[in-house]
Amino acid sequence: MTKTFGALLGATALCAIASSAAADAHATTITIATVNNGDMIRMQGYTDVFTEETGIAVEWVTLEENVLRQRVTTDITTNGGQFDIMTIGMYETPIWGANGWLVPLDGLSEEYNVDDILPAMRGGLSHDGTLYAAPFYGESSMVMYRTDLMEAAGLEMPAAPTWEFIREAAAAMTNRDADINGICLRGKPGWGEGGAFITAMSNSFGARWFDMDWNAQFDTQPWLDTLTFYNDMMQESGPAGFATNGFNENLSLFQQGLCGMWIDATVAASFVTNPNDSTVADSVGFALAPDNGLGRRSNWLWAWALAIPAGTQQQDAALQFIEWATSTSYIDLVAENEGWANVPPGARTSLYENPNYIEVPFAQMTLDSILSADPTNPTVDPVPYVGIQFAAIPEFAGIATEVSQEFSAFYAGQQTVEEALANAQAITNEAMEAAGYR
Amino acid sequence: MARAVTTQRKALNTAIAWSIGLLIFFPILWTILTSFKTEAEAIANPPVFLFFDWTLENYAVVQERSNYMRFLTNSVILAGVSTILGILIAVPAAWSMAFVPSKRTKDILLWMLSTKMLPAVGVLYPIYLLCIQLGVLDNRLALIVILMLINLPIIVWMLYTYFREIPGEILEAARMDGASLKDEILYVLTPMAIPGIASTLLLNFILAWNEAFWTLNLTSVNAAPLTAFIASYSSPEGLFFAKLSAASTMAIAPILIMGWFSQKQLVRGLTFGAVK
Repeated sequence: MTKTFGALLGATALCAIASSAAADAHATTITIATVNNGDMIRMQGYTDVFTEETGIAVEWVTLEENVLRQRVTTDITTNGGQFDIMTIGMYETPIWGANGWLVPLDGLSEEYNVDDILPAMRGGLSHDGTLYAAPFYGESSMVMYRTDLMEAAGLEMPAAPTWEFIREAAAAMTNRDADINGICLRGKPGWGEGGAFITAMSNSFGARWFDMDWNAQFDTQPWLDTLTFYNDMMQESGPAGFATNGFNENLSLFQQGLCGMWIDATVAASFVTNPNDSTVADSVGFALAPDNGLGRRSNWLWAWALAIPAGTQQQDAALQFIEWATSTSYIDLVAENEGWANVPPGARTSLYENPNYIEVPFAQMTLDSILSADPTNPTVDPVPYVGIQFAAIPEFAGIATEVSQEFSAFYAGQQTVEEALANAQAITNEAMEAAGYR
Repeated sequence: MARAVTTQRKALNTAIAWSIGLLIFFPILWTILTSFKTEAEAIANPPVFLFFDWTLENYAVVQERSNYMRFLTNSVILAGVSTILGILIAVPAAWSMAFVPSKRTKDILLWMLSTKMLPAVGVLYPIYLLCIQLGVLDNRLALIVILMLINLPIIVWMLYTYFREIPGEILEAARMDGASLKDEILYVLTPMAIPGIASTLLLNFILAWNEAFWTLNLTSVNAAPLTAFIASYSSPEGLFFAKLSAASTMAIAPILIMGWFSQKQLVRGLTFGAVK
């Protein structure tokens, strides 16, 4: 018994020594926390090129988006120093930058050409004019639709449709016998899922989360109109169980030819036009996200960006990696090996000036969507926050998750629209009061 | 006639048991099947069950992208060492509670169990800060201690239940023959409780293997076990179900095989003392 236990402890110690030795094989090793998205996975595949060029080894920690958020938030708020680079979004960047948790990216080289970053992306990833994260890829949202079904319905999609047209087209394209739903939209609870969609949609209906004194605005007519319109349209022309559908569920439906239209992230365009995965790859058209004639469209703005936490011991190496991964030469590397349709989109102006890229079917519409999104002026009436599908305050993620649960309960028929909005109003005001905004 | 009814009833019971068993196992079976499909087949509607183009491509991609052996080694070390360490501490604790109970033994047992009722996230920040201060973030030793501590109440409870079944007179006789406390526990109690200790060991090994809160939050590269390996294949923006299924199958395969071969001990451990 004693001998066995001793042997076990010995084996453990050997394993620990062996792994430490392996870690020391490279002089400098940086650890990067990232999400499991297609473009990020592709980047991991090219890590060897970076290591060959610089001698810096890279360790990847890939996690699901929500797990990653919790993990990197814990680490950065405690100065844990587990990661040298974090993949974060437009929501976290200005908040963390303001708190001094991120290293300002003001040491980027001249060749990097920071002015080439799309202004909307640069603005969303800065705080007080200082860039805190470099966009790896950016996205807005747009309408993706089946050109064949639209034609069969006798309609023509305008480049910039209204919500009324979308509803009419959805009804015309719906064929319940063939399981074809006119429109597929997110309804799943979660601030980054159904919450993001309905917030962006509400902007085009003249709604807003807060007035200038941080009072919740769910008791106003525009919110009632938004939710009623959304729910009526989805009941008429949406898929069964839409209240639990998120990005992946709708992507799956669209790729199988079961959706006439899908309004979602521009990054989905490369998935639905990829003939290896999509059964409708050759009959997909694109249009701007709809509006209601009030001067605001319902598209959002988001970027997955690379940032350096203040607790890192490898700041120079981390900056070198960020310069490499978000540079134009990385885009060229991917284009050369995997084609222009697979390069990370939405981050650099020069990409959209490249004649090779602009031939990609969704390139121009992606750019137009990004350019039409203004996070500093997202709503019809003025608001005290920055952000289109979110309000860039630390409390938003928690509040919006609860609010989106109330909305999903309404879509699922578990409560009325009035109850959902009254609950949302109470949840939001209570949280804002507790946080000291009111 | 009576015999026929018994046979019929037996057959019915067997059929019901198999149906329930298959129903419970179906999600795992579906995961395994999906791991051999293409991404397009994985989301096909209606779903395909067996008649698809079987492929090993997902396993190849997962192998290429991740260092599976590193995650597996960490899982084996974390689950194995934390369980053994837990047993070493729990055996004397359970012995004293079973054979030398005090007025407060029942309260202590209940208090130990109540520590399992606290949501883990409630102590995430204190433990994270402690790990930073001690310099043991992403360290196997820290996770071994934490996993051992969170499973310790269950280990003590299980061993206490087994030890209560052993007549105290046998230990008394050993003592009268001159056995010391160490001899009594090592050479008299332990051999008699081997089946109970084995099932406790197995169950807690499985619990430690599957633990996904602390192993995800306190590791990054060096100490990350298979739970982190699976989490790296889940994506809210992209359909990678086939690859996720391949990663899941690779993560659960060792424990599934171990569970299959030790099911007798597991069942005995879980049902011990249930019927008297």
